[in-house]
Amino acid sequence: MSTPASFLTEEMRQQALGLESAPVTMEVEKGHILRFAEAIGDTNPQYCDEAAARKTGSGGIVAPPTFLRSVRGVNLELPFELSFSRRLDGGSDWEYFQPVRAGDRITAVARIAELSERNGRLGLMVFMTTVTTYTNQFDETVATQTNTLIAY
Amino acid sequence: MAEQVFWEDVTEGMELPSLVKEPTTRQLVQYAGASGDFYEIHYDKDFAIGNKLDGPILHGALKSAFLGQLVTDWIGPLGTLRRLQCQYRGMDAPGNAITAKGTVTRKFEEGGQRMVECSIWLENSEGQNTTPGNATVILPSRLG
Repeated sequence: MSTPASFLTEEMRQQALGLESAPVTMEVEKGHILRFAEAIGDTNPQYCDEAAARKTGSGGIVAPPTFLRSVRGVNLELPFELSFSRRLDGGSDWEYFQPVRAGDRITAVARIAELSERNGRLGLMVFMTTVTTYTNQFDETVATQTNTLIAY
Repeated sequence: MAEQVFWEDVTEGMELPSLVKEPTTRQLVQYAGASGDFYEIHYDKDFAIGNKLDGPILHGALKSAFLGQLVTDWIGPLGTLRRLQCQYRGMDAPGNAITAKGTVTRKFEEGGQRMVECSIWLENSEGQNTTPGNATVILPSRLG
């Protein structure tokens, strides 16, 4: 398999930076929180036990820190074809401002913050850094997630 | 669950209680369902190999969930997680145990809040750090 030496041009980079996704809204269901907590193997009562959760600062069932990953369909349409079919997750950086509670309506919007390329052990890799902002029904920012996607 | 930790009890350099996870392909399928991330490299061996991998690998976001649990278990119901950051440097495969670990790197006050920063990471069975990261938390005070 041959790998091109370079893919990104400065023009492509400038076209992509700052692009935003359409907003996606998801209702946070108690059952979904429970399934997510089970899937990650976290038995914290704040995620599944109403009575125990009520005694904590947030006053009811909340979602685990990475639960907002399950807001799907936040798509960033690049103005060019990213001609690499393979994807890896490079890492994420979450900041939290408000708890995510069962019953919340969360709206996510993603924005392209950085685009670069590098040659690595998987050949030429394109790194796309996005910042997703999650807002609740009271217009409060509950969290932001900066994520790096690697295409190769 | 351990007793509530308070800011006054914390010292820089202290270790967080570690958390052992034994992910299986079944758990990756479960996580795919719960998160909606059905990318096949996480449960389809042939697909993973076709992607230059040795076999299925853990979702990065599942690994950050393990690190999230490490921190939320430690800070208890009265602690608040402010930041959770990690990089997926090395791949982890189902069938291999990984241990989430952490140490306190900084204890400080900011804007009237008592805060702690931790270095956190996942270690595979060979002792390699596959997922280095950091967390910032707010802890309750014994002074109220």
